[in-house]
Amino acid sequence: MSTHTLSVLVENKPGVLARIAGLFSRRGFNIDSLAVGPTEHPEVSRMTIVVNVDESPLEQVTKQLNKLVEVIKIVELDHAGSIDRELMLVKVRADASTRGAVLDAVQLFRAKVVDVAPDAVTIQVTGNSDKLADFLRVLEPFGIRELVQSGMVAIGRGSRSISERSLRPVPVPAPAAAPAATP
Amino acid sequence: MSETGITGVPTTGTASSGEGMTGAQSLIRSLESAGATDIFGIPGGAILPAYDPLMDSTRIRHILVRHEQGAGHAAQGYAAATGRVGVCMATSGPGATNLVTPLADAHMDSVPLVAITGQVGASMIGTDAFQEADIRGITMPITKHNFLVTDPRDIPRTVAEAFHIASTGRPGPVLVDVAKSALQASTTFAWPTELQLPGYRPVTRPHSKQIREAARLILEARRPVLYVGGGVIRARASQALLKLAEATGMPVVTTLMARGAFPDSHAQHLGMPGMHGTVAAVAGLQKSDLIISLGARFDDRVTGNLDSFAPGAKVIHADIDPAEIGKNRHADVPIVGDCHEVIVDLLALLTTQADAGHTGDYEAWVEFLAGVKKRYPLGYDTPATGLAPQYVIERLGAIAGPDTIFTSGVGQHQMWAAQFIGYEKPNTWLNSGGLGTMGYAVPAAMGAKVGMPGSTVWAVDGDGCFQMTNQELATCAINDIPIKVAIINNESLGMVRQWQTLFYNERYSNTDLHSKRIPDFVKLADAYGCVGLACDSPEQVDATIEKAMAIDDQPVVVDFRVHRDAMVWPMVAAGTSNDEIKYARDLAPEFDEDNL
Repeated sequence: MSTHTLSVLVENKPGVLARIAGLFSRRGFNIDSLAVGPTEHPEVSRMTIVVNVDESPLEQVTKQLNKLVEVIKIVELDHAGSIDRELMLVKVRADASTRGAVLDAVQLFRAKVVDVAPDAVTIQVTGNSDKLADFLRVLEPFGIRELVQSGMVAIGRGSRSISERSLRPVPVPAPAAAPAATP
Repeated sequence: MSETGITGVPTTGTASSGEGMTGAQSLIRSLESAGATDIFGIPGGAILPAYDPLMDSTRIRHILVRHEQGAGHAAQGYAAATGRVGVCMATSGPGATNLVTPLADAHMDSVPLVAITGQVGASMIGTDAFQEADIRGITMPITKHNFLVTDPRDIPRTVAEAFHIASTGRPGPVLVDVAKSALQASTTFAWPTELQLPGYRPVTRPHSKQIREAARLILEARRPVLYVGGGVIRARASQALLKLAEATGMPVVTTLMARGAFPDSHAQHLGMPGMHGTVAAVAGLQKSDLIISLGARFDDRVTGNLDSFAPGAKVIHADIDPAEIGKNRHADVPIVGDCHEVIVDLLALLTTQADAGHTGDYEAWVEFLAGVKKRYPLGYDTPATGLAPQYVIERLGAIAGPDTIFTSGVGQHQMWAAQFIGYEKPNTWLNSGGLGTMGYAVPAAMGAKVGMPGSTVWAVDGDGCFQMTNQELATCAINDIPIKVAIINNESLGMVRQWQTLFYNERYSNTDLHSKRIPDFVKLADAYGCVGLACDSPEQVDATIEKAMAIDDQPVVVDFRVHRDAMVWPMVAAGTSNDEIKYARDLAPEFDEDNL
C-alpha cells in the first residue's frame, strides 16, 4: 500500500461529493483525506483526495471515478512534481511560564498565533503533513487541548493548468433511431 | 433542431421558440422530443401534474402497469428487444423505491433506461414529507447517472441529457427526479441544441495501435477463442462478429448476456461458458492461449475461481467501459472502444494480413474442440414418469422458432432456456444476467411485446419467479399485449433446491412452494383475462405449445407441471475452478489433449 494524491475536477453541482464519497466506500476504499473547494472556473470544483491503496486498485478506483458523469478530469499528483499543503489550528496549553517556549516553536515552524488566552494559545500552521506532524511533536509536551486539520490541497509545479481544455459542450444527438433489421 | 423523432414526426418548432407552458407540459414535450413513444408507469401524488398533459399526447402511449417494478422491467424488456431507450414513470416515495430493483438490474446488464419520478415540492424536500424518499441518493450506486430537477427551466435539458447518457457509451439507467413544484410552475419550453456534459465523453473509436497488437496476437495464437459478451448485442455488432469469426475460423463462446449474438447453429459456436455452460465452451476458454473478449466482463459466473481461470491464455479485452478492462483479469491488450468498431477494425486488418498470406493456424485446436463438443453435448435424463423441464423448453424453442423473443426469470428454468433454445439472432434472448432478478420474465415480455408487436414473445418462467410479478398479466390483457408465458412448474425454488441437493445434504429448507396445489395457475390466468392451459405429460407438450402459438389476441399462460428433481448440468460449483466442471453429477469430462 502507498499513499496517492488525486486531483479531481468536478462539476460544481449539488450531490457531487456524496457521489464520490459513496463510490469510494462501496468499492471498499478508505479516504485518508479529502478537500473540496472552488477553482478559477465558477462551474468547476476541485477535490484533492488522498488514498492509501496498491497500484492496481488505484487504477480501478480512478476508472470508476472517471465514469461519474460529473467528474471532468482526474490527475494523480506525484510528490516531486507537486506542492501539497495542509492547514492546522491547534490550541496549546501555555501559561506565563511556558508561553515563551511555545512561541519559540511557533517561530521555528513559521506558524502563527491567532488567539491568546491566559492559559492557552491557538496556533495556525500550514505545510505538508510531515511538517505538521513534526510541529505537533514539539508542541505535545506543553499539552494539546484541541486541534483541527484541513484535508490536503495540492497543485502541480510549473505553468500548466489541469483545467485547460476540459469544458467543451457536446452537440445534442438525434433521438435514438429504430435499430436496423436484425441480421 | 431539425431531426425527426422515431415516429417520423418532426420536432421542429421547439428549438428556440421558448413556448410558455407548465413544467409538466414541458416534461411531456421533452420526452416526445427525446423520441419516447411508449412509457410504462403508475401515477401518484407527486407525479400527478405530469399525467395530465400526458393524457393529451398523441405521440406517447402510456401503459398503466400494476406495480412500479413491472414498469421498470417492462422498460428493460422494451429496450433490450428494440435497442431503443426504455422509459418508465412513477411517483415519489414508494413509487420510486419500487423502481430500485429494475434500475439495479438495468445497471448490471447495461440496459438503456430513463426513469422519471415525481418528488415532493422543492420547499418540502428534506422535511420527511408524505411520500418523500431521497430517490436520487438511494439510486446513486445503481444508476449510470441521476438528476433532481427543482427548477422547471432545467426540465428539457435534463431530459435530453438523460436520454443521451442512457443510450451512449456503455448504456445504462438514468433517473430523473422532478419536484412537484417544478411540474406545477410556469416555464418556457425550448429543446436544447447542445448538452453541458464536460465530464461525459465515451470513447468509441479503438486505438489503431491496440488493434495492430491484437491482430498480431491473433495470428500468433494456436488456441484462440472469441469470448463474446452482451456488449456485442448492445453495439449491434452481431453481423460484424459473424464475419470476423468466419474469416479467421476462431471458435466462439457466447455468455448468458450474449446468447443470440452468434448463431447457435454455427459450427464454430461452442455454446455458453460458465457455471452452467457447455463443456466445450468452458474448455474453449480454460485451455485457450488467447482470449479475445468482446463486450464481456469476466464475471465470476463465467470464470469460476479467477486464479485458475484460463491459466495459459493471454487476453485481448475490448470494452467501451475502460473500468471493465483489467478489473478481474489482466489484459495483455486493452482496447477501449465500441464493439462494432473494434470488430470492424480488427477484421479489416486481419483481412489485409490474410491477403498478404498471414493467417492463424488453429487446425488442431478447432479439431480438439469439435471432439469435446461431440463427446459432451448438452443433454438431460428423461425421467421414468413425469415431464422433463428441459424437454418442454427444448420443444418450445423448436416450435416457436428463431424469430421469437424469449424472456426468462432467474434459476433453473433460466439456465435451461439459455441452454436448450437455439438462438440465431441478437435481441431475442432477454434475461436478468447480472443482478439475477426473479420476477423479470413477465413484465420484460410485456415490454418486449410493446416494442416488437410483430414478434411472438414467450416468457419462460419458474413457478417461484412467476409469483413475484404476475400481476402484470392484467396489464397485458387490458392493453392488448398478447404475451405467452410458459411456467416451468416444479413446485420449488428449483435452483436453490438443486444447491440443497448438492451441498446441503438434501435438506430442503424453505424451497417447497407447493405450486402444483396453490395457486391454480390456469384459474389465475383465467381470472386475469388470459387463456390458461396446463400440461403434465410429454405427449401433450407439442400440442399445448401449438395451441398457445395459435392464440394471438390474448395473453396465454401455460402451466407445465414438470418433475421437481431435474438439475442443471453441466455445473462448475461456485468458487471452484473451471477445471472442476461436472458434466453430470459425479461425472467429470476427460480431455484428450495430446494433439494440442
